[in-house]
Amino acid sequence: MADKVWVYIDHASGQDFPSSWEAMGAGRALAGDLGGGVTAVVAGENLTDIAEQAVAYGADEVLLVEDPALADYRAEPYASMLSQLASQHQPEVILFPTTTRGREIAAMAAVDLQAGVMPDAIGLEVKDGTVEVTRPVYAGKLLSKAVSKARPQLITLRVRAFTAPEPDASRTGKIIPLSVSLSEADMLTQVVGHSQASSGVSLTDASVIVSGGRGVSNNPSLTPPPGMDEKQAEIWRAQQGFKMIGELAEVLGAAVGASRAAVDAGYIPYEHQVGQTGKVVAPNLYIACGISGAIQHQAGMRTSKVIVAINKDPEAPVFKLARFGVVGDLYAIVPALTEAFRKRLGK
Amino acid sequence: VVVEDGRVSWGDAPLVINPWDEYAVETAVRQQEAHGGEVTVISAGGENAKEALKHALAMGCSQAILISDPALAGADSLATARVLAAAIQKVGEVDAAFFGRQAIDGDVGVTAAQTARLLGWPALTLVSTINQLDPQAGTIRVERSVEEGRQIVEARLPAVVSVVKDIGEPRYPSFMGIRRASKADIPAWTLADLGLTASEPIVTWPELINPPKREIQTEIITGDTPQEIAEKLVDKILEEKVL
Repeated sequence: MADKVWVYIDHASGQDFPSSWEAMGAGRALAGDLGGGVTAVVAGENLTDIAEQAVAYGADEVLLVEDPALADYRAEPYASMLSQLASQHQPEVILFPTTTRGREIAAMAAVDLQAGVMPDAIGLEVKDGTVEVTRPVYAGKLLSKAVSKARPQLITLRVRAFTAPEPDASRTGKIIPLSVSLSEADMLTQVVGHSQASSGVSLTDASVIVSGGRGVSNNPSLTPPPGMDEKQAEIWRAQQGFKMIGELAEVLGAAVGASRAAVDAGYIPYEHQVGQTGKVVAPNLYIACGISGAIQHQAGMRTSKVIVAINKDPEAPVFKLARFGVVGDLYAIVPALTEAFRKRLGK
Repeated sequence: VVVEDGRVSWGDAPLVINPWDEYAVETAVRQQEAHGGEVTVISAGGENAKEALKHALAMGCSQAILISDPALAGADSLATARVLAAAIQKVGEVDAAFFGRQAIDGDVGVTAAQTARLLGWPALTLVSTINQLDPQAGTIRVERSVEEGRQIVEARLPAVVSVVKDIGEPRYPSFMGIRRASKADIPAWTLADLGLTASEPIVTWPELINPPKREIQTEIITGDTPQEIAEKLVDKILEEKVL
């Protein structure tokens, strides 16, 4: 149990996150430079499946911590668990996916271990045995290098910035069940319930995103039901527009995003917002419908591989980022696009 | 009741209030309106962080404290969290410390969790709704925004709470608020006032670089009908092999 590189595998009650396997890919590359193998840390309850998957994705050993106190995710006992393991076994580096949990556990473990935490890395390079992290700052307008002089170096990896290896079911690795001692002091919170997200596909993990902006409410040919005031009619129109965007997303297996303007106007809940004050995404394909592309929106999507913009204003800044643009009425283009994809993808 | 906001701002850009922190200030002021007590707003930064503090005062905070010390230049997240934890303890009798989600410059987003860990208080991060906060009973119940949906969590006070945008739109400062804020006396605390000594940062930032320029050739797709445009666009997208 002495690998230098550890990867924390995040999951939601046994449901794996693809970003954990991306971290495994980054961990294998670091192990190539630092020597030794990769140790995965899997914690929670009933996680044999996740532990086996970790091996298939590249772990040489898995520290499997199963404890009823870890059944629900709570930051405090999870951080204590990881700090205990790390102070016993002294890894050089612990990688985490930048999920809500990964960021928080890394932050708290850094306090316990008197270590440095470097969140949201998009690049890792080993120099003289130390990992130099590249991370975006000022909403992605600049990149910063960061290094930690303490060990372990705690690094969270931006989702979709690193590539997950192909899983190999024939790989072998040791799964080591461990127990940790968690005290009452670790049980500062109690989880009393959950509610599901309204959207099907998680935005940050999505490989395709279809987003709508303010322009989505501008369909003059729709007649709202009688009795609505002006604001209600606008929201009703926007909801019809987002329904149309949802149909395109469904054909593509995509998540639905939105601009801040659309969220602030009440067209769609905040969890769909892409941008500086929303989610930062980097899908393979980003289709922006009726989004002008303010700098704050760009901060959330500019690293998407291929950007497609549909907007009736040829001067909209979004076209500067777009690989393909259509200047026109999204109410005509989007349904036609949905139909064309449906035919070509055989759905 | 004392409710607290901690904020970190550094750098030499003209400091407006970090947009995330406005949500924290709004949340704290709403709790004050519901339960009475005071809201103390704290910022660690240079003299120019005072403008952000005045904005928070104008929104309705009762008092502001600036933590200013030359030794804080280049402070990493852990050093910053130590300063905020010490300041919260020095203010004393705090029921809840509210944080924005992250600073807009360093984008680190770990300060709330680290401060909670240092204080030994529960960390309720990424909170979208406060269902219940009862200073008399010393309890809080919140909804947190996590990847798979919302998690409903209960804890004892005092607690650290970081909020996301769903918590509610920040108010505009009132005319009276702005007048009061412009006259406010904002005390400055140094590390020595907090009983801390400067420490070497663990994490350093050896360089800032510009992101590589992306050369994007935009191709505008045209056609006589929406169907024709859509067919062409689908061909182009499929050629990129991103699906």
